[in-house]
Amino acid sequence: MGAVGNSSSLQTKQREPSKDIAWWYYQYQRDKIEDELEMTMVCHRPEGLEQLEAQTNFTKRELQVLYRGFKNECPSGVVNEETFKQIYAQFFPHGDASTYAHYLFNAFDTTQTGSVKFEDFVTALSILLRGTVHEKLRWTFNLYDINKDGYINKEEMMDIVKAIYDMMGKYTYPVLKEDTPRQHVDVFFQKMDKNKDGIVTLDEFLESCQEDDNIMRSLQLFQNVM
Amino acid sequence: MAAGVATWLPFARAAAVGWLPLAQQPLPPAPGVKASRGDEVLVVNVSGRRFETWKNTLDRYPDTLLGSSEKEFFYDADSGEYFFDRDPDMFRHVLNFYRTGRLHCPRQECIQAFDEELAFYGLVPELVGDCCLEEYRDRKKENAQRLAEDEEAEQTGDGPALPAGSSIRQRLWRAFENPHTSTAALVFYYVTGFFIAVSVIANVVETIPCRGPARRPPREQPCGDRFPLAFFCMDTACVLIFTGEYLLRLFAAPSRCRFLRSVMSLIDVVAILPYYIGLLVPKNEDVSGAFVTLRVFRVFRIFKFSRHSQGLRILGYTLKSCASELGFLLFSLTMAIIIFATVMFYAEKGTSKTNFTSIPAAFWYTIVTMTTLGYGDMVPSTIAGKIFGSICSLSGVLVIALPVPVIVSNFSRIYHQNQRADKRRAQQKVRLARIRLAKSGTTNAFLQYKQNGGLEDNGSGEEQALCVRNRSAFEQQHHHLLHCLEKTTCHEFTDELTFSEALGAVSLGGRTSRSTSVSSQPVGPSSLLSSCCPRRAKRRAIRLANSTASVSRGSMQELDTLAGLRRSPGPQSRSSLNAKPHDSLDLNCDSRDFVAAIISIPTPPANTPDESQPSSPGGGGRASSTLRNSRLGTPCLLPETVKISSL
Repeated sequence: MGAVGNSSSLQTKQREPSKDIAWWYYQYQRDKIEDELEMTMVCHRPEGLEQLEAQTNFTKRELQVLYRGFKNECPSGVVNEETFKQIYAQFFPHGDASTYAHYLFNAFDTTQTGSVKFEDFVTALSILLRGTVHEKLRWTFNLYDINKDGYINKEEMMDIVKAIYDMMGKYTYPVLKEDTPRQHVDVFFQKMDKNKDGIVTLDEFLESCQEDDNIMRSLQLFQNVM
Repeated sequence: MAAGVATWLPFARAAAVGWLPLAQQPLPPAPGVKASRGDEVLVVNVSGRRFETWKNTLDRYPDTLLGSSEKEFFYDADSGEYFFDRDPDMFRHVLNFYRTGRLHCPRQECIQAFDEELAFYGLVPELVGDCCLEEYRDRKKENAQRLAEDEEAEQTGDGPALPAGSSIRQRLWRAFENPHTSTAALVFYYVTGFFIAVSVIANVVETIPCRGPARRPPREQPCGDRFPLAFFCMDTACVLIFTGEYLLRLFAAPSRCRFLRSVMSLIDVVAILPYYIGLLVPKNEDVSGAFVTLRVFRVFRIFKFSRHSQGLRILGYTLKSCASELGFLLFSLTMAIIIFATVMFYAEKGTSKTNFTSIPAAFWYTIVTMTTLGYGDMVPSTIAGKIFGSICSLSGVLVIALPVPVIVSNFSRIYHQNQRADKRRAQQKVRLARIRLAKSGTTNAFLQYKQNGGLEDNGSGEEQALCVRNRSAFEQQHHHLLHCLEKTTCHEFTDELTFSEALGAVSLGGRTSRSTSVSSQPVGPSSLLSSCCPRRAKRRAIRLANSTASVSRGSMQELDTLAGLRRSPGPQSRSSLNAKPHDSLDLNCDSRDFVAAIISIPTPPANTPDESQPSSPGGGGRASSTLRNSRLGTPCLLPETVKISSL
C-alpha cells in the first residue's frame, strides 16, 4: 500500500533559528498551514492491477476504466464522505440523499477510516455487480446494520427507510404520509423477523430473502451495470 | 449533469442493491445494455497537432461537437483520425475541458478568437470555470464596448451623406451637431464661438474702473457706466445671435422635448434670459437690485463654450460620473468641519476679543485651515486652540487627498476613451479608403482582363497578352463567373467613376457627342449588349441620334488618369475587336424584357484620343454597338443600373 504523504515539514526546520518574535510567529503560521497541507496532499496509490484483478471479479480492462474515472474525480486517490454525498445529490436532486449516502459510505468504508480508497470501492462494486447472491445479501445486511453489531433492530431499519424516503423528496404521488416509513418497516420486520424477537440476524435475513422471489429476481437486475 | 457524475453512475446503480430487500414491488428490469465496446483511444488531429484521448472522455458531454456524432463529419477514414482545421493552441483548452470539466480562458489569446473556437466546438461560454470567469467577462465587455464605440463613431461621425430627400430640419440639425460637414456650419460654429468670447469679455471689462474725464476730484467709474451705450449695443448683438441660434436649434431638433430638457439648451436659456428680463423690468429702484443680480447669470455664457470644447464636456461628464466620490468628499469634509469648529470654539471661548464668536464663525476658520489656505484673519491664541488648530490642518490634507485620485483616474479613463474614439474615427477614413482601393483592385482586375481581350475564344492563344494567360486557376474561374453574370444580366461591369460620371451626365441631360471609338474597345461584351437589343438600339439610335455617346477608351483613359489609376492599355488586337457574331446570337436574353439601362456620358471632344476614330463597323450589329440609349423615361432605370456597360 503506497501511502505517499507530501510533508515538507522537514525542509522548514533547517532554517537558522533566530529569536525574533516575527520569526516565531511566522513559523507557527507555517506549521499550521503545513499541517493542513499534509492532510490534503496525502496521495494514495492502489495495489497493482493484477492483485486487484485477482481479488475482484472484474477484468483488467474494466478495472482500468473504473480507475480512470475514479482518479479523474478524486486525484488524491481517496473518496471522502462529502464527495459521496455530492455524488448522490446529483443523482437524486429531488430529495435529500445525504443520509443514505452517509450509510452507504459507512458500508463502503469497511475499515472505518473515514475515506474510501480505490480498493474498497472496487471490492464493493465487485460484490454488488458480480458477486453471488449470498455475498450481495450479506453486503446489504451490512448496510442496514448501522452500528455494525451484527443485528438489525427496528431503529436502524427506521433510519434506513427514512433515508430512502428522504431521497424521494417532497413531491411524490401519492403524497407521502408521516407514518409511511413506519408501516414499511413493520412490513419488513414481519417478513424478516422469523422468531419475532425484534431484531433481525444475518441468518434470518438471508433465509427470508432467499424465500422471496421478487428479491431474488431483482438481484439479477444489476448484473450488467458495467 | 456534470460529466464526472457519469463516472459514478455504475456505483450509484450498484448501490441500489441496498434497496432490494425493502422493495415491496418488483423492481423494473434494467435497460438493455448495448455491447459495450472497450474504451478506445481516439486521435484528434488539429492542424497537424495530434491529440489523443479516450472516447469516454469525449462522450462526457454529448451535446458538443466532439461528444456527439457530429464529429463523424470530420473523420478521415484513411488516417483513422478526426481532422479539424482549427487553431491547435485553442483546442488544448477545449480538450482540457472534457478532461477536467472546467473550461479555462487563455490569457494571451484574443477573446474573440476564443469565443469563435467555443462556438465551433459547441461549447457555451457559460462553461468557463469560476477561476477564469471574471477575467473572461471583463475582457469580453471591454471588447464589446470598443466595438460599439466603433460603430457609433461610424454612424454619428461624419457619416454617410444624408438621403437626398432630407428636409431642411434634418440638414440644419446635422449642421449643428457636426460643424465639419459643411462650410456654412463651420462658419456659424466659429461665429458663435467668437460672440461668446466677446460677450464674456465685455462682461468682464465693463467692471474695470476707467478713469473719468478730468474732473475734480477725478472720479473712478467702471467702464460699464462710462460707456453704457456701447456695452448695451454689444450685449444686444450677442444676445440676438444667441437667441437666433437657440431658436434655430429648437426648430431643427428632431425631438423638441428632449432638446428642451438637455443641459446645453438650459445653459443657452440661462444665458439669454437675464437680458430679456432686464428689458421687460422697468428701471425702478426696488427691482433694480434684483436686476443687478440677474446680470450675474450672464457669466453662464461661458458654459456655452462646452459645445466648442471637448475637454470641457469631458470634465463635466467626469464630475457627473464621480458624483459619489464627490459626495463622499463633501460629506466627510462637513463632518470634519463641524467637529473642529466646535472644538475650536470651545477652546477659544475664554479668550477676550476673540474672533471665534460662534461655531458658525469658527466654520470659516476650519475651512480655511483644512484646505491649507490660512488667510490669517482668524487665529487661535490659546494653547489648546493652537494644538487643535494644527490637528485640524493636518487632517484636512488627508481628507481632501483621499477621493481626489479616484476622480483623477475617472477623468483620465474617460479622456483616454475619448482620445481613442477620435483617433479611431480619423483612422477609420484612411482604413476605409484603403479597403475601397483594395476592393476596386479586384474589380479592376476583371475589367483589365476584359480589355486585354481575355473574353475571346481560346483559339488565338498566343496572341493573348501574357498577363491574361498568367492568371491563376482561381482567377480564371472567378472571371469566368463574372462573365457569366454579365451575360445573364445583359449588363457589364464597369468602374465607379464611369458610373458616377454617367449618373451625373444623365441628371444633367448633358450634351453628348457621338464618338464611335469602337476600334479601341473589346467589342465582345458590348456587341453582345447591343445585339442583345439590336432592334431597340437601332430604333433608339434613330430617334436619339444626338443624345448618345459611348465612353471611348480614350475617355476611359482620361478617367483613369483622373482617378490616379494608370492602366496600361492592353494590346489591341484587331481580332479581339471583331465581334464574333455567333456570340451575340447565342444570347438568349429577350431584348423586349431587357431594360436597356445604358447610360450615356459625354465624351469631352477635346480629349478624344487618336484611337477613337469613327470606324466603319463590320457588321450591322456593330453600328449600334456604339450607340447607347438611355431611357430617361423609366423610373426604375437608375436604381438598377449599378453596373453600367462601358465601351
